Amino acid sequence: MWGRTVWLCLRAPGGRYRGFSSKAHPPGSGRITAEMLQHLERHALVDFGNREAVTRLEKAIAFADRLRAVDTDRVEPLESVLEDRCLYLRSDRVIEGNCAEELLQNSRRVVEEYFVAPPGNIALPKLDE
Amino acid sequence: MLGRTLREVSAALKQGQITPTELCQKCLSLIKKTKFLNAYITVSEEMALKQAEESEKRYKKGQSLGDLDGIPIAVKDNFSTSGIETTCASNMLKGYVPPYNATVVQKLLDQGALLMGKTNLDEFAMGSGSTDGAFGPVKNPWSYSKQYREKRQQKPHDEKEDSNWLITGGSSGGSAAAVSAFTCFVALGSDTGGSTRNPAAHCGLVGLKPSYGLVSRHGLIPLVNSMDVPGILTRYVEDAAIVLGMLAGHDPRDSTTVQDPVKPFTLPILTDVSKLCIGIPKEYHLPELSNEVRALWSKAADLFESEGAKVIEVSLPHTSFSIVCYHILCTSEVASNMARFDGLEYGHRCDTDVSTEAMYAATRREGFNDVVRGRILSGNFFLLKENYENYFIKAQKVRRLIANDFVNVFNSGVDVLLTPTTLREAVPYLEFIKEDNSTRSAQDDIFTQAVNLAGLPAVSVPVALSNQGLPIGLQFIGRAFYDQQLLTIAKWFEKKVQFPVIQLQEFMDDYSSVLKNEKLTSVSLKQ
Repeated sequence: MWGRTVWLCLRAPGGRYRGFSSKAHPPGSGRITAEMLQHLERHALVDFGNREAVTRLEKAIAFADRLRAVDTDRVEPLESVLEDRCLYLRSDRVIEGNCAEELLQNSRRVVEEYFVAPPGNIALPKLDE
Repeated sequence: MLGRTLREVSAALKQGQITPTELCQKCLSLIKKTKFLNAYITVSEEMALKQAEESEKRYKKGQSLGDLDGIPIAVKDNFSTSGIETTCASNMLKGYVPPYNATVVQKLLDQGALLMGKTNLDEFAMGSGSTDGAFGPVKNPWSYSKQYREKRQQKPHDEKEDSNWLITGGSSGGSAAAVSAFTCFVALGSDTGGSTRNPAAHCGLVGLKPSYGLVSRHGLIPLVNSMDVPGILTRYVEDAAIVLGMLAGHDPRDSTTVQDPVKPFTLPILTDVSKLCIGIPKEYHLPELSNEVRALWSKAADLFESEGAKVIEVSLPHTSFSIVCYHILCTSEVASNMARFDGLEYGHRCDTDVSTEAMYAATRREGFNDVVRGRILSGNFFLLKENYENYFIKAQKVRRLIANDFVNVFNSGVDVLLTPTTLREAVPYLEFIKEDNSTRSAQDDIFTQAVNLAGLPAVSVPVALSNQGLPIGLQFIGRAFYDQQLLTIAKWFEKKVQFPVIQLQEFMDDYSSVLKNEKLTSVSLKQ
C-alpha cells in the first residue's frame, strides 16, 4: 500500500501539530475521491491516465504532509529570496516587437495574423474514473 | 588541446598554435564518435563552423573578443536559441524553433564562443538522471573510462558489456557528458534543485550554481521561477569563474536580476586558508550516505584543518524538511509554468478540434510524459483553494525557516559550508530505473535543493575516484552574492586534490591525441 512505501529513509521528528488548524484529512485515509480527481483533471487540463498516476499523487500528498511537523507560528511566507530588494521596472516604452510573422511561424494553425483555436465555452465531457 | 583550461586554449589560439576551425572540427568529429552517449539532441555543425570562420578572421587581425573567442561550448536544450530547435527533451516542443536567444546564450555568442549544439536532459529538467527525456537517456562517459573498466576487469573494447552503462545524473546530464567527453570546454546547464551540480559530481566536473539573481533567466524555459538559475559546467574552477564573469549582471529583460554592479570574477590565488572558517552541517550526515563519500568528506575537512583553517560543525535544523518544502514549491510553480503549453501559439498541437478545453487536454496528454504530468497534477492539488494555506503557504513559511538557517550559520562567522553533492557515485541505468522519477529525485537532490530554496551560490568540485573508479564530488556553499569567494576557495581545494583526468584513450582513437598534447611543453600564457 502507498502508506507503507518507503519514500525516503529520513525520519521526521515526532509530529507536533501545534498552531496549525487542519482541514485536511489525516494521512493514510486514502482521501482522493473520484470528484477530486475529476476536479484536478479539469483544473490542470492534464489527465491521470492510469491508476499509477493516482497512486503517485497520493504518495506526493503523503510526502507533503510531513511539513505539518514544523512549527511555523508567526513565520511569514518567503516568496522570493530577493525580497529585501526592489524589483527593477523598466520604463513603459515600446522598445521591441513588430515580429508578428516570426511568432506566427511557430503555431500549427494560423489564419492571416490570427492563432486559430477551436470553439470555447464547451465544457469537457464528464470523465469516468 | 581539448583537455586544457580556457586560458591555455585561448593563448594557443592567439599564438596561432591551433585555429578555431581546427578546434571546431576536432570537437565535431568527437561528437560524432561519441554519439552513443546521446549527449546532444541537436548538433549545430554548420553554425559552429561559420562561427569558427569568423573567429579565425578576428584572430588573424589580432582582434579576439576574449577568453571565449573560438571556444566550443554546448547549451542545455531548455535555453532558447534562435534558429536552433529547442525541445526541452519533450514531445511538447519537438520542432519548436525559438525566434530569440536566451540572454546567457547571447552573451556567450557575443564573446565569440562556438555553439556545438543543444544537449540532452530530463524532460523539462525534471529528474535526477537525465533518463526521462523524449530523446532517450544520456550515458556517462566514465562508463567507458579505463579507470572504471579496469576495476571491473573489463576489456575496453568489450562492446557487449555496454548494457551496464552508468547514468550521468541530472537533469543537465547531456551538458555534463558533453564536457566530460571533451566535445566542448564549457556547457550551460540549469539548476533548480541541483540539476547542474548532480551531473557534475557524477561526471567528474566542476558544476557551478551562481547566486539567484546574479545571472539572467531570460530565455531559460522556466521550471520554478523562484529557484531556477543557469548553471555552468566546466573541467576547471577557473574556467567556471571566467564564464560567470561573462554571464553575471543585470538584464533589463529579467527583473529578478539584481542591479548591483558586477565586479570581475578573476580569482586570486589563495595561499593562506588560516583565516577561513569552514562549516560542516551535521544534519547532512545521513545514513544513506555511502561510506566512500563520507570518508572523502571527512578527508576534505581534515585537509582544510591541517592547512590552518577553522573547521567547525554547524547546524541547519530544518534540513530534514527541506526536500519536502522543495517538493511542494517545485510542483506548485511547475503547475503554473506548464500552463503555457496549450498548443495554440507554439509547440505540439493535437488533432482534435471539438473545443478549446478538449484540445488543450489532448495536446497536453500527448505532449508531456508521466513525470511532467504527475508534477502538474500534484502542484494543482497543492494550489487548490482548500489546500493553499496548508500546503503552499506552509511550504513558503518553511522556506523562510530554511533560508534563515543558512543566514544564521553564515552570520556566526562561517565562510563556506562543505557538504557532499550526492549520496554516492553514479549508478548503472538498470539500477536507477528500478525506482520512479519522484523517488529518485527526492533521494538524489537531498544535498543540493536546500541551496536553491535559499538562493545561495554553490559549486560541486570533483575530488577523487571511488573504489570502482568513478568520480565523487563535494559541494561548497557560499553566502549570497559571495560567488567570487566561493570559487576562490574551490580553486584552492581543486589544486590540492588533483582530480585525475578521465582516460578514454583506449576506447577512442581520438583521445590518444588529447593525452599526447598534455605532454607537450606548456603553452605560454603571456598575452
